[in-house]
Amino acid sequence: MLTDMMMFILYLAVLLLLAWPFSKYLAKVFTMEKTVLDPVCQPLERLVYRLSAVNPDQEMNWRQYASALIWFNVLGAFAVFLIELVQGALFWNPAGLSGVAPWHLALNTAVSFMTNTNWQAYSGESTMSYFTQMTALTVQNFVSAAVGLSVAAALIRGFTRKTTSAIGNFWVDLVRSIFRVLLPLAIIFTLILVQQGVIQNLDSYLTVHTLEGVEQTIGMGPVASQEAIKILGTNGGGFFNANSAHPFENPTPLSNFLQVISIFLIPTGLVIAFGNIAGDFRQGYAVLAAMLLLFCIMLTGTYLSEAYGNPILANLGIDQPTSMEGKEVRFGIAGSALFATVTTAASCGAVNAMHDSFTPLGGFFPLVQMKLGEVIVGGVGAGFYGMMLFVVLTVFIVGLMVGRTPEYLGKKIEARETKMATLGILLPAVMMLTGSALAAVIEAGTSVVLNPGPHGLSEIVYAFASAAGNNGSAFAGLSANSLFYNLMLALSMLVGRFGVILPVLAIAGSMAEKKTSPPGPGTFPTTGWLFVILLAGIILIVGALTFLPVLTLGPIVEQLLMLQGSMF
Amino acid sequence: MMIVVLTVVTGWIYPLAMTGLAQAVFPNQANGSVMMRNGEPVGSKLIGQNFTSPGYFHSRPSAAGKDGYDGTGSSGSNLGPTNQKLMETAADNVKKVREENGLSVDAPVPADLVLASGSGLDPHISPQAAYIQIERIATERNLAVSEVRQLVERHIEGRQWGFLGEPRINVLELNLALDELK
Repeated sequence: MLTDMMMFILYLAVLLLLAWPFSKYLAKVFTMEKTVLDPVCQPLERLVYRLSAVNPDQEMNWRQYASALIWFNVLGAFAVFLIELVQGALFWNPAGLSGVAPWHLALNTAVSFMTNTNWQAYSGESTMSYFTQMTALTVQNFVSAAVGLSVAAALIRGFTRKTTSAIGNFWVDLVRSIFRVLLPLAIIFTLILVQQGVIQNLDSYLTVHTLEGVEQTIGMGPVASQEAIKILGTNGGGFFNANSAHPFENPTPLSNFLQVISIFLIPTGLVIAFGNIAGDFRQGYAVLAAMLLLFCIMLTGTYLSEAYGNPILANLGIDQPTSMEGKEVRFGIAGSALFATVTTAASCGAVNAMHDSFTPLGGFFPLVQMKLGEVIVGGVGAGFYGMMLFVVLTVFIVGLMVGRTPEYLGKKIEARETKMATLGILLPAVMMLTGSALAAVIEAGTSVVLNPGPHGLSEIVYAFASAAGNNGSAFAGLSANSLFYNLMLALSMLVGRFGVILPVLAIAGSMAEKKTSPPGPGTFPTTGWLFVILLAGIILIVGALTFLPVLTLGPIVEQLLMLQGSMF
Repeated sequence: MMIVVLTVVTGWIYPLAMTGLAQAVFPNQANGSVMMRNGEPVGSKLIGQNFTSPGYFHSRPSAAGKDGYDGTGSSGSNLGPTNQKLMETAADNVKKVREENGLSVDAPVPADLVLASGSGLDPHISPQAAYIQIERIATERNLAVSEVRQLVERHIEGRQWGFLGEPRINVLELNLALDELK
């Protein structure tokens, strides 16, 4: 218990210690200032611009920015889809895997990786060739994270520029995100992971005779390079089915610790960088404080529930910790609870333990974090811009209470921004609720559920929360590789991604056009603890109003039944 | 065009360069930390295997593949916390562990030895899970209990840096060392 607490505290300390210097670098990348990597990156980037026939000096308004982004994503998803279908005829396929079938699985996967969700209705080691893992999936791991960063950068410009329609150039933001942020970090992280034992090769699967003489075939592949960006880019799509529980993806407690740090590194750095760019670092810290406040509540809840364990199993004569089903010995309760909370706070979705086998409340907190819109630290870029929607909403509500025109960073928040923010918050929520409601009443939705009783409902609800929240983790008992789920969840992922990005870019566009005025006596300060508490409170209230009924029917009821000793 | 250029950079150059670098600097890890005996690979240090004979330390139950520990089918059971099937499986495992190791019918059993791991390939068991198997191993192999106990204790990996992870024992390494004892 004490060592567990120590790990949690050290986790936050190390995270902030790393995120702080990193945020300064990040700020420079998006304000186009000089950075240490210029001598390497500049020539490479110029080459990329020339090959892609892009003019890096041309600024875009929000509509141009959005349309470039959408075309880029459509083409990217199409490329993934095609590669999946024809992988059987291509090289780097030592396991001899054929094209991904059925088509709706390939489509679901393409949408999933393009939207930074990385929901996986397939098992990596028996479905995807090395060629697909690298050329299709690793690429989207990079670019979907870079798209998130780009949108965040555009929104920051919208808040900090005045009387202009220009919010930056999408291609420049995309390329700089990859070359100056994601690639350097991924290269370092890959090497650390390999040192710890993550594999990185193009060999055929290895067959050995075990000590008892049985044949065991072990999956191989270029894992570390994909693992690094899967974590850093808050993607979460595992090379193997068991994701970060697989010893070849996450071999040691140290690799586990570094993975949870890396999931939060860029999102945390970005919030601090926002304060830097806005010229008042307290603006960034206030937003970060609200995020971390909520995160600590969720972590405590998940950890306590898992540590308390399952009384039904305890009755069978099993020692504590009784919630070891689906967990690895090397991570234990604390390492698994921390990973589960981090991965669902940031829309990462990698898992190092099977969430489906968590205690009901242990699964409740991860589920809640996804339902709150993935704004508690959140995904790379996506966490920041999702949170800014809540900031706009908070400022608006406070403005109503005080009776003045709401302002943020010296700019008036008006009807258009409030409408857009509400839209961006509600669209994913509507998708989560209608999707799971539909699935819960039709045969195609309920027939593939693994666990009976209220836990079955949790499986369905978790799937739609994960997809529309662009998280990608699962209550994996649900056999989601069916026509209904592949298509419905693909739709959810699209709504959850672009239903937020487009309103955000619209806000960026309209904010950039506004004038800035100095704060007056009626301005509500967005830096103090009062604002932090209000922001966190509004996130919780919006979430509770939207989701409390379904959460009660799923995990909450199940926890009570488990304590009673009921089984299904 | 942009997507093509970025695909070449992040989809080919990056993973291939990383493969080259990893193979040069950490070849053992990059190729799967394979354990050899008499020049033959017997498994990976990181991938658990099935042990059923009474003379070996047993691994955790595994939901990977049909018979468990399928290195191409990593998976947990995904059974939920109120699922009857989980309780039945766990109860069976508890009974089996008690019988195999000559424990009384109400002796507490370490959780990891009767509940399946998340990957189905967990290479470790907890020290407690090894301790309750010591007497069985000693009897089966005609070894002194103290000798086996010492071997187990030598193989305990503590928490990394004192606070990361849980104390654990690599089952394959322990069993290899056990075979060396004679």
